[in-house]
Amino acid sequence: MDAFTSLTGIAAPLPEANIDTDKIIPARFLKTIKRSGLGVNAFDAMRYNEDGTEKPDFVLNREPYRRAQILVTYENFGCGSSREHAPWALLDFGIRCVIAPSFADIFHNNCFKNGILPVQLPREVCERLMEDARLGANGRLTVDLERQVVVRPDGQEIPFEVDALRRRLLLEGLDDIGQTLQHGEAIERFEQGRVAERPWMPAISLA
Amino acid sequence: MPTLFDKIWDAHVVDRLADGTAILYIDRHLVHEVTSPQAFEGLRMSGRRVRRPDATLAVVDHNVPTSDRSLPMEPGDSLTQIETLERNVAEFGVPYFPLRSARQGIVHIIGPEQGVSLPGMTIVCGDSHTSTHGALGALAFGIGTSEVEHVLATQTLLQKPAKNMLVRVEGTLAPGITAKDVMLAIIGTIGTAGGTGHVIEFAGSAIRGLDMAGRMTICNMSIEAGARAGLVAPDDTTFEYVRGRPFAPSGEAFDRAVEYWRTLFSDPDARYDRVVELRAEDIAPLVTWGTSPEDVLPITATVPDPADAPEESRRAQVQRMLDYMGLVPGQRLDELPVDVVFIGSCTNGRIEDMRAAARIVAGRQVAPGVRAMVVPGSGMVKQQAEREGLDKVFLDAGFEWREAGCSMCLGMNPDKLKPGQRCASTSNRNFEGRQGPGGRTHLLSPAMAAAAAVTGHLTDVRSFN
Ligand code: SF4
Repeated sequence: MDAFTSLTGIAAPLPEANIDTDKIIPARFLKTIKRSGLGVNAFDAMRYNEDGTEKPDFVLNREPYRRAQILVTYENFGCGSSREHAPWALLDFGIRCVIAPSFADIFHNNCFKNGILPVQLPREVCERLMEDARLGANGRLTVDLERQVVVRPDGQEIPFEVDALRRRLLLEGLDDIGQTLQHGEAIERFEQGRVAERPWMPAISLA
Repeated sequence: MPTLFDKIWDAHVVDRLADGTAILYIDRHLVHEVTSPQAFEGLRMSGRRVRRPDATLAVVDHNVPTSDRSLPMEPGDSLTQIETLERNVAEFGVPYFPLRSARQGIVHIIGPEQGVSLPGMTIVCGDSHTSTHGALGALAFGIGTSEVEHVLATQTLLQKPAKNMLVRVEGTLAPGITAKDVMLAIIGTIGTAGGTGHVIEFAGSAIRGLDMAGRMTICNMSIEAGARAGLVAPDDTTFEYVRGRPFAPSGEAFDRAVEYWRTLFSDPDARYDRVVELRAEDIAPLVTWGTSPEDVLPITATVPDPADAPEESRRAQVQRMLDYMGLVPGQRLDELPVDVVFIGSCTNGRIEDMRAAARIVAGRQVAPGVRAMVVPGSGMVKQQAEREGLDKVFLDAGFEWREAGCSMCLGMNPDKLKPGQRCASTSNRNFEGRQGPGGRTHLLSPAMAAAAAVTGHLTDVRSFN
């Protein structure tokens, strides 16, 4: 997982509440064998016509938002199923941060597991950031996780809260696996002890 | 005073996080084609390797066709998943039983069969029926795709301990009653959420009296009782089963292993969060009538009447199930005609199950209009059955004798029920559409399935003895 320290980028305005996981990535794309590659189908129904052509009005189909790294949206983002395909799809599109007044629990968890920072801010703050986002390339936002602030294009800083352990994992780029690997020595010690105590434990080898 | 679960757990705690979560060491990781692609992809993206390929074994089972394997597979999603697994195991150096190997089979059949799953181990797989391996006295449970990646990368899992539950079955099973009936009785008693948050240890003289195949059938369906895992304390039956298996220790190493395995039992004063007791004598041949494994009745019973349900919500639920299953209240279960009989799956696809079915089938014919299929759980089971001539018994009677795989246990490969078809099935889930959209599943034992095949309707197997 990539570390998240500070990010300055184009923010796409998505002024809708209750964007569910089916909207983020519809069920028919779960048959995939990959986590990557889902970006092309992120927000599939909002983004494409039935014949597969792009809907020119949808924000992520317009410049400069095709290169958006931040999403500004409204309440209950990511509600619905537990599919990890939802953050996978956002990440693959290039989104590293979602700013909203509230998030669905599981989606919120899944974001942290995949290096995406969900930033929770009051509705009226999100509305102001929405205006910034509408300025496109002139409205770049900075999301500084180290200092826990969002910096608006005019330099105003908006502080936000984030769980301390999760903040640390994101800053260091550690997913669960990364965190466990910090205990690598303990794992090695365990394995050596096991060889001594239970030497009969066979290895699986087809050779 | 630790339980068997506590002992295995404690022996595998590598470290503890500040909030009490344990880093649990995993001795065996079984991998199949459906839940592993993103996990391997994750390793690749983060530049990680498989920490212990020598503790990992991969096989294809869910998607594979069970027809003639000399023919190429049809292109499509299934073939893509299989080819992806083959690329991944080659790249990461994971031992693998390919489709056309005699050792290929359902992941939960081949683990014990090959001696890969052993007593006292922690065993995981990206599949809920990993609970099967608990029959050996191992802590075995299913995990999700992120956790598959976690185990591949670290050989550990982040876990909080489960609660302990004891299910004791004392007494002697009547003739014709099998492990499948015992487990359906347990699920019927505690319900499909009865084991939630618990690891169930199965004990008592009736469980001790079961062979390993029977114990695996019981632990396999722990998940249908909502449990995280099932366990049976290892004993001489276990050790004799393990002895001589390809990946099991041998010679002096085996003796040392047995010495350790003999310490794996719940202390007499061990404390359980919940205890359930059943009398073996009370168990009749059982069959499910609804669309949840807890909706189970003796074969001698009649289809329940929703009006008899205690509350309105249950009345509506029973009615919905009867509608889906095409049943009316008061119908005799032992008169329900079947269209398909499926003998197989990780619940009942072992050689003992083939033998039990063949004993009923021998000298008889599949009833007209019934499609009856036997799908051995592994290539090794198939070979053994053929050595014993069981394939001939089935083929002479008009059964299909197929290649190993999950087959009609789930509608993910070409073996599927058609809408409205009624199936007597030895598998583990009777959910709506589980065996194919609109399919109607009655769960039962292999002997009962065989009896249904030759009579053309659900049948009390005791009338054959
Ligand atoms: S046989 Fe059925 S339950 Fe067992 S692993 Fe295969 S699909 Fe799952």
